[in-house]
Amino acid sequence: MSLKIIVLAKQVPDTRNVGKDAMKADGTVNRAALPAIFNPEDLNALEQALRLKDEFPGSTLTLLTMGPPRAADIIREGLFRGADNGYLLTDRVFAGADTLATSYALHEAIKKIGKFDLIISGRQAIDGDTAQVGPQVAEKLGISQITYAEEIRSIKDGKITVKRRLERGVEIVEGKLPLLVTVNGSAPNCRPRNARLIQQYKYAKTASERQTESNDYVNICNTRACINLEEWSAADVNADPKQCGLSGSPTKVKKIENVVFQAKESKTIDSSDLQIEDLIIELITNHTIG
Amino acid sequence: MSNFYLDNPSLRHHLHHPLMRRIVELRERNYAEAEKYDYAPFDFEDAMDSYEKVMEIAGDVIGEIVAPNAEDVDHTGPSVVNNRVVYAPGTVENLKATTQAGLMGLSMPRRYNGLNFPMVAFIMASDMAARADAGFCNLWALQDCAETLYEFGDEAQKQQFIPRVCAGETMSMDLTEPDAGSDLQAVMLRATYDEANDCWRLNGVKRFITNGDSDIHLVLARSEEGTKDGRGLSMFIYDKRDGGVNVRRIENKMGIKGSPTCELTYKNAKAQLCGSRRLGLIKYVMSLMNGARLGIMAQATGLSEAAYREAIAYARDRKQFGKAIIEFPAVYEMIANIKAKLDASRAILYETSRFVDVYKILEDIEKERKLAPEEKEELKKYKKLADAFTPLGKAMNTEYANQNTYDCIQIHGGSGFMKDYPCERYYRDARITNIYEGTTQLQVVAAIRHVLTGTYLSQMKVYQEEQLNPELDGLKTRLAKLVEIYEQLVPKVADTKDNEYIDFQARRLVESAGHIVLSYLLLLDANRNPEEFSRSAEVYVTFAEAEVKKIEEFINSFDVNSLKYYKQV
Repeated sequence: MSLKIIVLAKQVPDTRNVGKDAMKADGTVNRAALPAIFNPEDLNALEQALRLKDEFPGSTLTLLTMGPPRAADIIREGLFRGADNGYLLTDRVFAGADTLATSYALHEAIKKIGKFDLIISGRQAIDGDTAQVGPQVAEKLGISQITYAEEIRSIKDGKITVKRRLERGVEIVEGKLPLLVTVNGSAPNCRPRNARLIQQYKYAKTASERQTESNDYVNICNTRACINLEEWSAADVNADPKQCGLSGSPTKVKKIENVVFQAKESKTIDSSDLQIEDLIIELITNHTIG
Repeated sequence: MSNFYLDNPSLRHHLHHPLMRRIVELRERNYAEAEKYDYAPFDFEDAMDSYEKVMEIAGDVIGEIVAPNAEDVDHTGPSVVNNRVVYAPGTVENLKATTQAGLMGLSMPRRYNGLNFPMVAFIMASDMAARADAGFCNLWALQDCAETLYEFGDEAQKQQFIPRVCAGETMSMDLTEPDAGSDLQAVMLRATYDEANDCWRLNGVKRFITNGDSDIHLVLARSEEGTKDGRGLSMFIYDKRDGGVNVRRIENKMGIKGSPTCELTYKNAKAQLCGSRRLGLIKYVMSLMNGARLGIMAQATGLSEAAYREAIAYARDRKQFGKAIIEFPAVYEMIANIKAKLDASRAILYETSRFVDVYKILEDIEKERKLAPEEKEELKKYKKLADAFTPLGKAMNTEYANQNTYDCIQIHGGSGFMKDYPCERYYRDARITNIYEGTTQLQVVAAIRHVLTGTYLSQMKVYQEEQLNPELDGLKTRLAKLVEIYEQLVPKVADTKDNEYIDFQARRLVESAGHIVLSYLLLLDANRNPEEFSRSAEVYVTFAEAEVKKIEEFINSFDVNSLKYYKQV
């Protein structure tokens, strides 16, 4: 059995190392000031896909990402780790997209990619933390979804078994292919980049990158076909411009507030029932819980 | 987030040595494979860029996975279940990650699925691995046995085994036996030809075999019945898939505890002859051991690196008498010496690797075509240098790893004696490096030839001829004086023609050669990269001067007749 797997991945600002110029005056993220990285949970998703590829030789793993031209890095990172190919969805029309417009564009691109057995994405991206894009893509494609996956246990007879990590425990569920899985950060880390693949794909570039970058090795793109990265515009995937980007996004940022944690003093309690009870009462009283 | 390549600028310095241009051009046969393989380099810059990227991957895997696992691997260690080795969980994870990262079969040709990297790159990854976990460094670096398979195996054997190594299968070299340690000529494991099945059969016992339950073994065995010396030994390949070799027990060791050291029993184990009969010890194992010695030099260097980092971090952090202890001369001197010995170790490690690269690649090219006269000269020159530098570097670097890890504990004081800090692990791990693959005493036996025939001396003169920045003139003049002392000491000992006396003074002569060679190499490093190495060059030359003068004093004042006070009766 071989599978056709699509992995959705996003390039995100590294919000784990935030400086003071991380936000712009209008309250949006200042992407230029933060290093761009592969969204961590999308790496967990990629690893799940690579494991399936290891288990079912002949499977193909296609990466799909939407973003500015520099998001081609995401495709390259995926290729360095074992993905077979990838598509960068990039167009000014897509700019400013919220989750609805993003999932609209992605689902159009997936339709263009064609038949698939499985779509895997991270649970959520660290820049927005919405966890909406994966589920919305599934809805638009009219397929089932399994969220919060920690492990894809097996695929057999067109059925997938997945372990989900939920707040109060784990759940083993089964679903029928084709379907979409979103993967939790508690899933295994992604494998390292591969020494051979990085040599094979280090010059992989999109058409627009080749126009802007002067590199002695550009001409080899003609001799090694595998290093031409596909780039799709809104028109390429037959997306309706009105449903894309800012105009397709009902979400508007109204106000941004800087939250400064103000820890006044720390408090130590022991494990006696009395102390724990006191703490619970205190937390309920000040509306921290309950 | 730690990357053991990116956080260590001295590695990049050594990767970009001027001789690399020649090495890569030879290794890549003028970049002929770019047409055939989509991951082969187009030119020198492209190749160097690939090495950089792959070293970065290695540094990432080692820094992010191997290093955090090290403590647990040291405590848990491997075990034997039903005659098979079970690695510690961290070791399993390390092997999986390094395999997924494509770091197996690094130096094998592409036609066997290797990366065709030079020895310098392989050694650099070992250097990093040892800094994280010296025991794991062994398991990973044993892939270098494939080098021997590649050199001496037939085409069918290469095709059968090398791609498996590149895919992550591990190797071992089964040499030592209960009564054959340093003296491998005494190997007894019996190899008999099985006419009926057209294969060889191995019977006997091996001991102290690192990673003895590996997938593919190279085995030294006695194929010529009735012989007693090295000329009756041949080399065999044993494939674990065929069965017949069991692990009787693993040793409970002082250090490198993650690396299983096995006692093996061979019961009619099926094996293939590798190369020609009778050449097992005298040709193949000598080659295998030279590769392994270079690997141990890397392991020792990585341990010195770990010791240096741990020592300086602690000394900056620890406050006594109202200030950080690094401010006390007694402490900062120790740290400066650790760093100088570390940088000196790395200097000879990569110099030797480059020598090995040039001659090995030329030997390989010689199998494809006739070498031009100047290439033959080149091969001869570098082979001799590699032959001289390998035992010298092995002796110096492994002794320094011991000294550095010892001083690292000393800097930690009482805390260093506790299991709470990794320095006690480094210390235990370092202790084997000057023992296995030939003790320092045996390295001296190999190196003294090059003292007596002048290999080191002529290389010192080559270094002395190098044009350096004027700031280094002072050090260079001081070194020239040391060479003069060395030139007087060697004949003083050699002219006695008394072999026992020469053996007695051999270690001192080899060490003085070592101090001077390492000093020159640090000078060259400081010339190319003053910011990184000039301090160590100063400290090391000062140290070397004192050491060589001490040796001079000892030899000059030693009366040959005093040997009797040393000789044990």
